Amino acid sequence: MSLTEEKAPEQKKESFGQAFLHGLWAANTVTVTILAVVLALVIGGILIIVSDTEVLDKYSYFTARPQDALEASWTAVSEAYANLFKGSIVDPAAVSAWIGGNGDWVPVFRPISETLTYATPLVFTGLAVALAFRGGLFNIGAQGQAIIGVVLAALVGFLVPLPPVIHLIVALLAGAVGGAIWGFVPGFLKARTGAHEVINTIMLNYVALYFLTWIIVQKGVQNPTRTDAISKPVDSSAQLPRLLGDDLRVHLGIVLAVAATWGVAWLLNRSTLGFELRAVGNNPDASRTAGISVTTTYIAVMVISGALAGLGGANMVIGSTANALTPLVVAQIGFDGILVALLGRVKPWGVALAALLFGALRAGGNTMQSVSSISLELVTVLQALIVIFIAAPALVKAIFRLRAARAARLSTSLAKGW
Amino acid sequence: MTRVSTITADTVVAPVETGFWTRSRKVGVGLATAGVLAAVLFGALATSQTVRFTLSDDAQGTALSIDGTVGAILFGVIAAAAGAAMFADRWFTWLLGVGLVGLVLSFLCWQISDAPAGLNFMPLVNVVRGTFLLAVPLIFGALAGVLCERSGVVNVAIEGQLLMGAFAGALVGTLAASAWVGLIAAALGGAFISLLLAIFTIRYLVDQVVMGIVLNLLALGLTGFLYERLMQTDQTKYNQPPHFGSWEIPVLKEIPVLGPALFKSNLFLYLALILVLVIHVALFRTRWGLRTRSVGEHPTAADTLGVRVLGLRYRNVLLAGVVAGIGGASYTLLLYSFTKNMIGGKGFIALAALIFGRWSPTGALLAALFFGFADQLGVYLGAINSVIPSQFLAMLPYLATILAVAGLVGRVRAPAADGKPYIKG
Repeated sequence: MSLTEEKAPEQKKESFGQAFLHGLWAANTVTVTILAVVLALVIGGILIIVSDTEVLDKYSYFTARPQDALEASWTAVSEAYANLFKGSIVDPAAVSAWIGGNGDWVPVFRPISETLTYATPLVFTGLAVALAFRGGLFNIGAQGQAIIGVVLAALVGFLVPLPPVIHLIVALLAGAVGGAIWGFVPGFLKARTGAHEVINTIMLNYVALYFLTWIIVQKGVQNPTRTDAISKPVDSSAQLPRLLGDDLRVHLGIVLAVAATWGVAWLLNRSTLGFELRAVGNNPDASRTAGISVTTTYIAVMVISGALAGLGGANMVIGSTANALTPLVVAQIGFDGILVALLGRVKPWGVALAALLFGALRAGGNTMQSVSSISLELVTVLQALIVIFIAAPALVKAIFRLRAARAARLSTSLAKGW
Repeated sequence: MTRVSTITADTVVAPVETGFWTRSRKVGVGLATAGVLAAVLFGALATSQTVRFTLSDDAQGTALSIDGTVGAILFGVIAAAAGAAMFADRWFTWLLGVGLVGLVLSFLCWQISDAPAGLNFMPLVNVVRGTFLLAVPLIFGALAGVLCERSGVVNVAIEGQLLMGAFAGALVGTLAASAWVGLIAAALGGAFISLLLAIFTIRYLVDQVVMGIVLNLLALGLTGFLYERLMQTDQTKYNQPPHFGSWEIPVLKEIPVLGPALFKSNLFLYLALILVLVIHVALFRTRWGLRTRSVGEHPTAADTLGVRVLGLRYRNVLLAGVVAGIGGASYTLLLYSFTKNMIGGKGFIALAALIFGRWSPTGALLAALFFGFADQLGVYLGAINSVIPSQFLAMLPYLATILAVAGLVGRVRAPAADGKPYIKG
């Protein structure tokens, strides 16, 4: 709660200040988002305490010396979250070392670099899910589309010898095409047979996963020096160049992600296809009556959405997170993309910001795991909790007794059965 | 703020079938073609080695034998004949069943005759037992889906419910040193995820699919976190669950093939089969069942008649969590201890079984058995060094479901109000 109060500026005119505070306390998007993050962190803190056996031991004599237990709890939680911050935004120790002249600039920017690196693929998959949402389709298949994208990008990356810049472009295109194919299938089935895209995309996720685990161990793909499931490494000519030198992992992908965000924003708000897409998303029957081809729009939406997710997947193997295919090469970027799209309120720039937040949590989670030895899984819990609270603004309002104004427009709920 | 678009499920209507080419005839052409292809292809690839389907756990005992090449061609021709018979536009389900079995047998004749010397047999008892054991979590998961979705709440969180059940079963079972206590805890664990699903979708009207996906991630994170913090640090204290042994049922275990495969088994298999029966009867023969179905099809009408729509939905979703939680316990209270993400997508296969089984308990059972068989076939083919990659068999359930919802195998229709929140008034 204090977080939002601190954001209030100096109040010159009482009436203005009151109006501002009033507006701030209303259940607008920013307030609900911040409070959702706070709530998630509180629950995460409780989880840290109850899973720490040393702290729990102190609770056994809570009535005798409560300060012991409370101190231990506070230390465990504050250390964990301090490391989350240091790993994702900035480490004060590194800054003071740099200013004092006995440190390098690299550690200062490492947290930000890590955050951007983890955010990059999430921007793509988040945009993929958000775009489909706006077109009235729920694309749960970003995961599968990213997997096919990563496979094609990697195959081009180590099987096709090409000159440097062209190689990179072709690899990226291959990723986009792979995702687009995997998006086309449910889009086509939805348009032609009415088969529900939620079911089909879920199923295609697993088909893609098994395809990945199969292709990795094929001759010519598997790394000949290894016996485990890992492919050959992608040629360096197909890799996205790093932006801040070899010590920092942030790469050109983040620039492409921003460009993609701009592109999707333009597509949605300024183009004919975007208009048709939003019209179909809002009311397919009215759109059909108005002469928009609903089936064509569905297919187009899924193809573009798939291509975006495929680019996100390609980022995982030609970026700096990995350079070879493994069964877990795309991690969870597809499913995280759904959360990112919801957190970003299915608007392109909102998605980019949400991806940044999730990237920061992931980057900070790594530091938290290595320094405070708190499992990275906590980040998954935090992410899920944040989105649960975002999706149920009524609950956040009830907890913090926010004013009900504009609450109706916050609703991200949508009625979508099979 | 943008309101995410609201669309109803079936805005695109499949073209109405008219004229000669009915669905049955189209599928018939496909099946006949596949049968002929199987006869030619598998017939050419098969060797003349004798193929034996033994009625036991190993190569011993009585067996059904056939020459590999002859079998591959014969069963392929049977499948083709079934496809051709579909032109009569009758007995669709039966002919499709015969055709699919023919295709599978033709394929098996090729595979088994091609196996390394001494392995040219398929132990049926072993295969049937494996099929049922692999189907157990799918049956529980799909039944959880039936309970939820028949009352109009989409349950994509089956994976999370199974995972939470498995985790709670392992943790509490170990702490209490009792498998039965673990079983109860597993049911409560599944119900916990269900409770969240119910509160957020029914009370706060969050989209049911969104909530299901998020809950899966929550369950994955929560169990993974506690696994690494508690179970990995002290395996003996937190993660050595006691296991249910195998129970033999007298008399029934004497039935050939099915007896040793099914009735020398464990608590979870018996429970799953009983639950299918109970839920089938309850859903179609009791007052509760009628109310559940009416709430799932037309909640407004049900409300008008005095059915408490939201109360019924809460109850059914929680019940679904209990069922799925017990299914999750079949992982940790039977053979293994808990590991991270140990369900590994089985919850989504259960969802596929639910859809493939057309939202009915018996259909879900058959679909789960079919998927379990595909799984077991993968194990078997691996054992005889087959050239067929196991990954492609693993894809089978998912591909079959896609074909089913695309209307190629049969008409699949969800309960009408499935996924739509009910707002009284």
